[in-house]
This record gives sequence, C-alpha cells and structure tokens, in this order.
Amino acid sequence: MSPTISCSSVYKIFGNNAHSLLSESGGNVDAKKFQEAGCIVGVNDASFEVNKGEMLVVMGLSGSGKSTLLRCISRLTDATSGKILIDGEDICLMNSKQLIELRREKMGMVFQNFALLPHKTVLENIAFPLQVKGVTTENSIHKALEMVELVGLKGRENYFPRELSGGQQQRVGIARSLAVEPDIWFLDEPFSALDPLIRKEMQDEFLRLQSVLNKTIMFVTHDFDEALRLADRIAIMKDGIIEQLDKPDNIVLNPATDYVRKFTEDVPREKVLKIESIMDPADPNASGEFAIKKDDIVETVAEKILNSKEIIKVVDEKNTVVGSINPSKVIKVLFGG
Amino acid sequence: MDKNYLDIIRSSKPAQFGILLIVFLLLYNLVPHNEGNYFWRLPSLLAFIPIKLNEIIYAALYEWFPLKVYDPIFEMYEEKAAFREFTKSISKGLLFLITFVRELLLGGDKIIDIFVSDTWLKENDWMSWPALPWTAATVGAFLLGYQLGGFRLALLGGIGSLYVSIFGNWVPSIQTLSFVLITTPICFALGLSFGIWGYLDKKVETALQPVLNVMQTMPQFAYLVPIIALFGLGDHAGSIATIVIATPPMIRNTILGLKRISPEVVEAGLMSGCTKRQLLFKVLIPTARRDILNGVNTVIMQCLAMVVIASFVGAKGLGLNLKVALNSLKIGKAAEAGFCIVLIAVILDRFTKAWANKQVDYFENLTFFERYKLLIIFGISILIFSVVAFIANGYFDKINYLYVIPIEKGLTFAHYIDAAVDWVWDTFFYSLNSFNKFLLTQVLGPMKKAYLGMPVAATLTLTMGIAYIIGGIRTCLLVGGMMLFIAMSKYWDRALITMYMATFAVIMASLNGIIVGSIFAQTQRGSKFILSVCDFFETFPSFVYLIPVIFLFNITDTSVLIAAIVYATVPATRYTVWGLNSVPLSLHEAGTMSGVSRMQRWTNIEIPLAFPTIMLGVNQTVVFTLQMVILGALIGTEDLGQLIFGALSRAQDGPGVAITLGLFVSLMAISVDVIVRKWAEERKKALGLD
Repeated sequence: MSPTISCSSVYKIFGNNAHSLLSESGGNVDAKKFQEAGCIVGVNDASFEVNKGEMLVVMGLSGSGKSTLLRCISRLTDATSGKILIDGEDICLMNSKQLIELRREKMGMVFQNFALLPHKTVLENIAFPLQVKGVTTENSIHKALEMVELVGLKGRENYFPRELSGGQQQRVGIARSLAVEPDIWFLDEPFSALDPLIRKEMQDEFLRLQSVLNKTIMFVTHDFDEALRLADRIAIMKDGIIEQLDKPDNIVLNPATDYVRKFTEDVPREKVLKIESIMDPADPNASGEFAIKKDDIVETVAEKILNSKEIIKVVDEKNTVVGSINPSKVIKVLFGG
Repeated sequence: MDKNYLDIIRSSKPAQFGILLIVFLLLYNLVPHNEGNYFWRLPSLLAFIPIKLNEIIYAALYEWFPLKVYDPIFEMYEEKAAFREFTKSISKGLLFLITFVRELLLGGDKIIDIFVSDTWLKENDWMSWPALPWTAATVGAFLLGYQLGGFRLALLGGIGSLYVSIFGNWVPSIQTLSFVLITTPICFALGLSFGIWGYLDKKVETALQPVLNVMQTMPQFAYLVPIIALFGLGDHAGSIATIVIATPPMIRNTILGLKRISPEVVEAGLMSGCTKRQLLFKVLIPTARRDILNGVNTVIMQCLAMVVIASFVGAKGLGLNLKVALNSLKIGKAAEAGFCIVLIAVILDRFTKAWANKQVDYFENLTFFERYKLLIIFGISILIFSVVAFIANGYFDKINYLYVIPIEKGLTFAHYIDAAVDWVWDTFFYSLNSFNKFLLTQVLGPMKKAYLGMPVAATLTLTMGIAYIIGGIRTCLLVGGMMLFIAMSKYWDRALITMYMATFAVIMASLNGIIVGSIFAQTQRGSKFILSVCDFFETFPSFVYLIPVIFLFNITDTSVLIAAIVYATVPATRYTVWGLNSVPLSLHEAGTMSGVSRMQRWTNIEIPLAFPTIMLGVNQTVVFTLQMVILGALIGTEDLGQLIFGALSRAQDGPGVAITLGLFVSLMAISVDVIVRKWAEERKKALGLD
C-alpha cells in the first residue's frame, strides 16, 4: 500500500529570486549563502513518508521550518521545489479547484491560536467547513452537534469563541477540523498556547480521539516531551533540515546528531524506552515465572523485573518468545552508566 | 577641536534645535520686508495652477470626447461632452433615489410624475403617495430600537422621534434622514470595495494612501465649488460632497480591519475548503466586521456633520434650517436645528452600534408570527394611523396635524434660548467683551502680526529644519516641497493666517487635552467616564460648536478659535487617556516600590511612556483644528477658509481656486502629520513599545 503522504526533496525558500538560486545550487542549499543573497531557507530538502493511520510528529524550535513544512504539505504556501504526494497525487500540480476539493474531502487542520471565526458560535464554527461545501444548514448543524459531543463541549453550542477558555476554544478548533471526516489531520502546535495542566489534559483527549478515529496525522510541536508522548515517529528539524526521523525510543537511544542529543539528554529513558530496544536475544535460561511484552515501556515493568532478580522472557503480541531481559540492563537504564 | 563640536551637535538633538532656532531668529530679524526680495516673499510662480485646473474642469465638461446626444425637445442630435453626460446621469440617479426615499416618508407626486405624463397627473389630483404619519413613524422608531437593543434603545428612538415631530422638525429631519439613508450605503459600498481592493493588492493600497490623506485633510468647503461645477446644485450635490468626504474613513477602516485578521484565520478558512469568494464573504469580511461597522458608524457621523455644509450646494433639511438661522443670527432657532441633528446623530450612532453587536440565535424555534412580531405590529400601526389621519383630513381645514406638524406650529424652546443668551449678554457683557478684547489685542493680534512678519526664508528654514532633525533628509524634502508649493502661490499671507490660528488652537487644545486626560486617567472609572464623554462630543457635527461661541464672542477670530479648541480638545483628551492607560501595570508597581509620589509618577513614568500616543492625539488635533478654522469662514474670518468660501460665489474660476486652496490646507496638515508620526514612531522604538 502506498503511503498517504509522501514528500521527496521538498524545498521552501522565501525571497524574490528563490527559484533561480535554488536551481543554481543544484539542491545543495547552504542557508548562510542564501541569506546573503536575500533569501531565507524555510524547508531544506525534506523527504519522508507518512503511512495511513500513522502519527508523525514534527519537532523543532521556532524558526526551524516545521510549520512551513506543514504549510507546504497542506499547500497553504507553495513549495519552491519538490514533490508532495497525497494518496499518490502531486498536490503541487493541482489547480485551485482540485485543491479546494481535496481540502473539503480529505484534510483537516488545527491551529496554534485556534483561528476560530469570532462572529460565529461554537456550533457555526464547527459547521463552517460543511457549509462552505454546500451541506444544508440543517444537516451541517446536526453533524456539528455530533462533533460538539465528541470533543466534550455539550452545553456550550451557542457560546462565542471569546466566551470560552483556551482549552475549550481548541476543542472547537479540533471539532471543526474533524467535521468533514478528513483522512489526513494536520495539527500546528495545537496545545502550545495552553497552560501546562490543560495541555496534558488535551494531549490525553487527543490520544483518546486518535484511538477512536485512527487518522493519518502530521503534528507539529516545539515540545520534545509532547512529541515523545504522542508520536509514532518523530522528525526533528533544525534550520529547515530534518536532522533525524525515527521512532521515539530510537531517537532517545541513538540520537543522530549533537543537536538531537541536546534534546534527548535530559529525557528519563525509562519513560521512553520499550523493552524491545534493550532486550537480549532469547535466552534458554530465562525464568519461566512470567513474561513481559516487548512493547512495554521500561518504567512500567521495572519494579517487576528487578524484584524477580532473574533473566526474564520477552514475548510479542502473540506470546511467542522473542528475547530476554536481564535486570542489570534495567538498572543501567534507570541509573545510567 | 572643531570636530569635537561637530560630534556633539550631531549626537544631540537639543543642540540641533538650538542652532535651528538661532538661524531662524537671525533670518526673521535680518531679512528686509520688501516685496522684491525673494527671501521675504517668493514670487507667485504657481499662480497658474488654479487657472489651469479650472480650464481642465471646463474642458472636460464641455469639450473633450464629444458624443452625439438626441435632444427630444428640439428633436435633433446635439454634441455633448461624454464627461458631462456622465456627471449628469449620476446627478439624476442620486436625485431620484433621494427623492424616492423622501416621498416614501413624506408623500408627494414627484416620483409618480416620472412614470406618468404631466397632464395625466394634473387631471388626476388624487394620485399622490400618502405621507407616513409621524405617529406611525414614532412607533416604528420605538420598535426598531427595541429590536436592536431592548427597552432603552426603544425609548431613545421613540422619544427622539416624538420630540422631532412635535417640535415641528419632522419634515427637515426626514429630508436630512433620506439624505443619510441614500448616502451611507453608497459610501459603504465604495469604501468596502476600495478597502478590499487595497487589502488584496499591495500596489493599490500604496496608491490609495496619499490620495486618502489628501481627501481626509482637505477642508470640506473646498469640494463644494468643483462639485457645483460638475454636478450642479441640489440635494444630489450635497450627497456627492458627503460621499467624497465620508468614503475615505470607510476605506481605511476596511483595510485596517482586514489587515488585523490573524493569518491563521485565513488559513483556517482555506483549509475548510473555501473558494476565493467564500473566503472573502464568509471569513474575511465577517471577521473584520467590527472595524467595518465602525466605518459605517463613522460614515453616518460624517453625513450628519456634512448636512450644514451640504446645504451650501442645495441640500435641504435641518442643515439648511440651521444655516439660515445662523445667517440671520437667530441663536434659538439655530440651536433647535442643531439639537435635532445631534439627536439624530446620537440615535443613529446607538442604533448602528447595537446592530453591529447583534447576534443570531440558531436554536430559537419560532413561528412566523413570533419571528416577525414587531414588523407586523409596525405594519398594523401604519395602517391604523394612516386611516385615522386620512379620516382626520375632514376635521382640519388647512393643516392635518396627524400627518405632520409644520415648523411654525410646532412647540419651540427657541425663545428660552434667546432669552438665556440675552441674559448672558446683559450680565456678562463687559467681562466677555473685555476678555475678547484682551485676547484679540494682547495675544491673537501680536501673534498674527508675528506670523505675517515672518520672511518666507525663515519659515521654510524652520519647518524644513524641524523635519530634518526629526525625520532625516527625506522627510525634510517632502515637507519642504509641500511648503514651497504653498509659498509660491499668491496665497501665502492667507496661509500664514491659517497657520497662526491653527498653531494657537492646537497648543491650547493639546494642553487642555493632556491636562484633562491626565486627571481623569488616574482612576479606571475616571478613564471610562471621560472616554464616554469624548464619544458623546464626537457625535456633535463640527459646526454645532460654532453656535454658542458666536453668541458669546461675536464674529471674531476668538469665536472660531474657541470652537476649534473645544472641538480639538476631544481627540487630545482621548489619546492622552489611551496613552496613560497603556502604561504597563508592572511599571506602575515598580514606581510605587521605588516610592514615587503621585506627581513624580506622572512626570517620570506616565507622561514619557504615554508621549508617543499623546503625540498621535496632537496630530488629530491639527486636523480637527484646521477643519474648524476653515469652517470659521462660515462666520467670517480672513484666512484661507474665507477665500475658499468666497470661491463659492465665483463661477468662473471658483473650482480651480477652491481645489488649490483646499490642497494647501491639506498639505499643511500632512506636513505636520509626517513629522509627528515619524517622531512618535521613533520614540516608540526608543521606549521599546512596539
């Protein structure tokens, strides 16, 4: 099956002579040289794929080009060069009519500062994408009511955005982006403008929604912890370049560059690593008392392993033995060294 | 050594200002007052401009692009200029619309006349649209107020309408209202379209800015003569003058509102799958709705502010009544008409604001009758009151009071006001008169003389020097160019008089505003109160300020200046309060913890931080003052305004002269604006406020 989103050599360069500079450089873009020529490099040679039902988190500090990349893929800005395929179709080649069709049917997007329409109520905001599509008022309001329930805003249908807290506003933003039942869901720092406690609550809510909806997701954040919490895979960006793209535990275990290491250094490994990533090959001497699963996070099973003081079997979802775990490995993860 | 001094001068603005002042004073005292001396007065090299302008206007009207037009009376084709046909059709269209609304409310047969033959109409006497009885209109105003803003607005609308009716101002009020009802939508449509165009296309916006600047700073009078030349006299001419003046703020508000939309909202619209049209009408315009409706509100206020001025080109209504009363020095009558205009302004202001904030309820499940309850009641009341009024035709032999109460039969409080004015005169004559005399002989007279005794070289050095020190070489050249343009006309002396009046009024108004604003801004409640007072005074059309002062100080510069000072104190106060309120709380707290006294807080913390904002207020003050000073020509002053006003009666070269002189006033305002804005920006940057 082909990936839902596929990018190859995507560049986004801001400035007047971006195109000519890029074709001169032959794809080998040096941000400094471009800056001297009056151009700013937003995205530099991004290539990756996102599979159906997968959540890719793009992580980077401000100015790293993460939001620009997201906007290239939703074509809110035009990429300077490169190929961006959505379900096999190159969106860079689409005309505005096809693009509108695509957004109406397949895409939903959530914004950092909510971007609700101030003159519309909660219900009208959520129904908006349906109404521009031409769905009747009755049907769209009906659907919007469903969405209100889904995001837990029942009873506030008639509120205006200004009457809601930040968390509630973002729930409206989420409901609006889901109203057309898109396959692809873009989230641009959706929880960054919220208080830490609310952020945690919204992340939980988001994971709950995703477990029900199973969308293909691109999620942009500057918060590494958030990325670790949510992602199937993380892309870490710096100066427009994707420094590393991998599963969270792999990134923590094997940071590809010094820059990535700076983020991973302070991450408590036991909270990220799965047993799978520290296990040894299957050991015939392993204790038969109990087995642990390879997808378990180290922290959650550490006590159990350390208490048994023996080598323990590791099994996969089908309960076949795939390896073994030595308590000393767990100690190493927990206390370093 | 030398270099050292130069460095000090280069880095110290006070030193630069000091040198500038010395040079200015030297020039002032050393240049001989001699007509042949170019340092004293420049030759009027640009005297041809008004004449050329005039020629262009008349050529456009009578010569360019001739068209063959069929004349039904002479039954032959005639050559007529396309432009003239164009302006004629605009005039006709506008006049039709205004008359249509007017007749709909006041009754008559002019509109019917357009569709049937004259003779048929004369034979069928009964064929006339019935007037809307004022009783029904009062009910309508009450219901509309109720629908928009509940009981309080209902009372405002109802009582306002009742007052207007029984005080006999019903007919002129409706004439004025019909004028507003037609002009406002046109301004709205034009302003919105240009605003959107400017928002979508950066080039258009850049091109619009200077045009809008000039349009907004031109004195309203300056438009009148060219408009008469192009469109003739009548209600439509007043309407066109108003459109020219009221559209720029609408354009500005639209651009401002659209620009303030966060890019995320636009993106959200795009990601929702909006087409371009949907994005514009469902996302952009509604999101900018508040600013756009503020624009509509400004347009309505401008329309009412224009009614007196529009009466000079033939617009009927309250403005005409006020003008006539003022001309014959009937203060009571003038005050009555002025009060009506203010009342209508306040009602329309509140109504449009309430409308702007009105929300739609999606969950109300109403029957047809419930939904249109008020409309139905209104319809029924029209029916009842019309029938009653129609029947009453039999009882009244001449005037049917149930349709309309004519002005001479209505209640009046004019004589009370006249009596009050007389009393003030009798009681305070000597003090008023001596104050007036003192001001004229001790302050204004010498100031005027000083301005007129200023050699042109000194004036240019001073203005360009200030512009250079504050804004650099570009600002200096811009301001210099504008001043030179005025100096090379033959109206420089008049311009100096305008400048002297404006300077005096701006200084006084700014001081007033800063002091009043500072006092009230000390507490939150005070700020709120004074801002609402400003709101109230801003609904007053400008000339209303002239009514009381004329009767206190006669027709002198004093009257005009006091009106200008009062009028311009409003923006100065408003911006002072805004500026002081924008000082961050943390700084107040830091001040408190450093142990500042109230006075120290004001001088050391509040004023310096609020200064950029206050300067923008002073900027507004300049525009307001110039408007009022020029308007002062209405009652007779001797500056540029008087000449513009005089051009009204000069059909031959009037249009060119009026436009040129108006442009001069506008250039003066823009010069100040350029310098002040630049300076405020720099202060803001220095304080890190942006």
